[in-house]
Amino acid sequence: MERLEIMGIFGSKEFPGTGSFPHGIHPPGNKFYSAGAQVEVITVPDKVVLPLLQHIGAPCEPVVKPRQTVACGEMVGEGQAFVSASLHTPVAGKVKKIGVVTLPNGRHLPAIEIKTEGEQQPCNELWEEMTSTDWSLSTIPDYSPDEIARLIHAAGIVGLGGAAFPTHVKVMPNDKRLIDSLLVNGCECEPYLTCDYRLMKEAPHAIVAGALLAGRAVSAKEIFICIEDNKPEAIEALELATRNTVVQVAVVRTKYPQGSEKQLVKAVLNLDVPLGGLPSDVGVALSNVGTMAAVARAVIKKGPLTHRIVSVTGGGIVTPKNIFTPIGISMGELIDFCGGLTEDAARIIAGGPMMGFAFSDLTTPVTKGTSGITILTHAETASGEETACVRCGRCVEACPMNLVPTRLAMAARYKNTALARQYNINACFECGSCTYVCPANIKLVQLIRTGKAQVAAAMKR
Amino acid sequence: MSNLSETAEKVAQGPTLNVAPSPHVADTSFTTRRMMTDVLIGLTPLVAMSVFMFRWLAVQQIAVCVVACLASEAVFVSMRGKKITLNDCSAAVTGLILALSLPATAPWYVGCLASVVAMGIGKIIFGGLGMNIFNPAMVGRAFVMIAFASLMGAGAYENPASAIDAISQATPLTALKGSGISTSIFNLFFGFTNGSLGETSALAALIGGIFLCIRRTASWEIPVGVIACVALLAGLADLSAGANGHLLLHHLFGGALLFGAFFIATDPVSSPLTPRGKFIFGAGVGAFIMIIRLFSGYPEGVMFAILLMNAVTPLINRWTIPRPMGDA
Ligand code: SF4
Ligand code: SF4
Repeated sequence: MERLEIMGIFGSKEFPGTGSFPHGIHPPGNKFYSAGAQVEVITVPDKVVLPLLQHIGAPCEPVVKPRQTVACGEMVGEGQAFVSASLHTPVAGKVKKIGVVTLPNGRHLPAIEIKTEGEQQPCNELWEEMTSTDWSLSTIPDYSPDEIARLIHAAGIVGLGGAAFPTHVKVMPNDKRLIDSLLVNGCECEPYLTCDYRLMKEAPHAIVAGALLAGRAVSAKEIFICIEDNKPEAIEALELATRNTVVQVAVVRTKYPQGSEKQLVKAVLNLDVPLGGLPSDVGVALSNVGTMAAVARAVIKKGPLTHRIVSVTGGGIVTPKNIFTPIGISMGELIDFCGGLTEDAARIIAGGPMMGFAFSDLTTPVTKGTSGITILTHAETASGEETACVRCGRCVEACPMNLVPTRLAMAARYKNTALARQYNINACFECGSCTYVCPANIKLVQLIRTGKAQVAAAMKR
Repeated sequence: MSNLSETAEKVAQGPTLNVAPSPHVADTSFTTRRMMTDVLIGLTPLVAMSVFMFRWLAVQQIAVCVVACLASEAVFVSMRGKKITLNDCSAAVTGLILALSLPATAPWYVGCLASVVAMGIGKIIFGGLGMNIFNPAMVGRAFVMIAFASLMGAGAYENPASAIDAISQATPLTALKGSGISTSIFNLFFGFTNGSLGETSALAALIGGIFLCIRRTASWEIPVGVIACVALLAGLADLSAGANGHLLLHHLFGGALLFGAFFIATDPVSSPLTPRGKFIFGAGVGAFIMIIRLFSGYPEGVMFAILLMNAVTPLINRWTIPRPMGDA
């Protein structure tokens, strides 16, 4: 913090927002487990399993057959619908079968299994390319917006922050919705996770190149890379990498959920995304830092999205690490790579502890949206018996959407869809802040999720 | 099974892992129980002051009410066939607040009965902790105030035969209302006056109350609403009566105003949910207190004001549904 002030970053805040949003919570960050761990490259696995739906939207269609041989980076699934993304194999080998997997979020999906065979492209070459400082920024004006969008589409890029929205849809040039600002999200406000932090520190130039390309695709007038103030080294790295470019670094307050779209738009641009609307309604495009690095590679090096960084962290893992890994590798292999689970490991989560999904099947593959594996010990997990709501209003004060979570939960409990809608249940984006603060240990988000399903069912009738 | 990873094999064999919905972490530093113990801690200055002023009578009253509240909660809860929940400490809080709201001289059976009514009718009938509409302690107190009018009225506070000095005088608000005698602000502030156990010392209530607000166990909006409204209305009364500031301070420091504002009105269960609602609630309590004090036959009005506003709470909640972020 002190160093930042000396550097004058806070003094030079040049964005219209306050750097924060109303409400929100301050869970312990616990980034120390893996923040210091330099990205390590894992060796090519024996096989990968590639689910045909790793993004929001329609699944992609397989374009390979069992027993067919594929080369590194070859397309194995094609996203034919507009909101869909193609899939590429990170390894060379033979297609074994098209089976079914269950992802941590509970979805059963068809998946292509590829057995590694023959000559491989070592992962560390890719990573070295990522961390290189030469991303030929001067060539960026040579790409037309359409071409950038087309290359992003061809590379099968989706948001790597977790939500996994197909990126080409976001950057598609559109006459109706003009984009003024591109916010590149490097907040990583989920506790424990550090994959974005390490990327910002180790590959800032790729991020800047991607941001310039995406900004060009959407014709943004300004580009901000947004980072929470608890990551001074990432801020410093990006300050250096953005020098002499139009990209600016916006330092925002450390707070959960600072990295959520609407909250970030509020904090940096002081704009309110309309209820039920998208950031594009107020002329903003948002994308994660990892996604920007993938964009740079897709456009400048013509490489598809086949690898990503995954943080393996928490008190329940022997050696927490950040791993550059092929998509489709099993979660178990990453855990093994980190020395395995500790004796008191209690829960394995895909993603971070606030919004991630707990799972127990370690053959589950890493997907494009897997930002981390958080392994909590018994002491770290939320526990304690649920008691009655004392109507203390702490959930109200925590809710970043300014809702009344206790009311939403009660409406769900008593299946009162009218009340749920009166209290705007659909504005909840399930960040979990309310549950985190509740002194009575009520599983508010879980109830609200049920309530949303009830509302949807009632609307259909 | 050959291509399972080592860890996967271990996990498949062992029972250690559990799966649950997000979020997977929680703020364990703030629980219902901690809120209740905070209130008990916050009340210690008032307890100390009451023991200092009323000696053995205070000890006795507090013991009677706390024990009776715990016992009646245990009995009523088990009658409803539920698990006994004494360890959330909420019954102890009700007992202590009830005791502090009674006059020192009230006989033991008054405290006892008030406790039974507080827990039975004030709380358990509605479904237990979190479900009651009215503040249980105030329900109990209202009952004994009506049932034992003579033991609880202004006269209860004056007993010339009492061995304790304080009890030989009328309470400051009664003295003011009945005979126009005004107690010194010094005595009011430090609490060297007569009154119910917990209401004599404005200073003790402030210390404990500010502690609660800092701990965020009490929402500051409520006491601020009460005090601001009382200050405003008492200020107006003061202006029409000579404007020496004395009357204003008298209303602020006298009676159960600060005790009520910080410890009774802030009961989360029977007050509104949103910060704006809480402020409206507090202001309403303040307004009712001043209406009762200025225009009714009663010298004091904290209890009735809080019960009245408890009844309005569901309405306030409906008026103050916050606008979600981005709602035009
Ligand atoms: S935080 Fe929990 S106890 Fe407090 S009002 Fe919300 S749901 Fe009720
Ligand atoms: S989960 Fe929903 S209701 Fe709860 S704090 Fe987040 S947005 Fe608000």
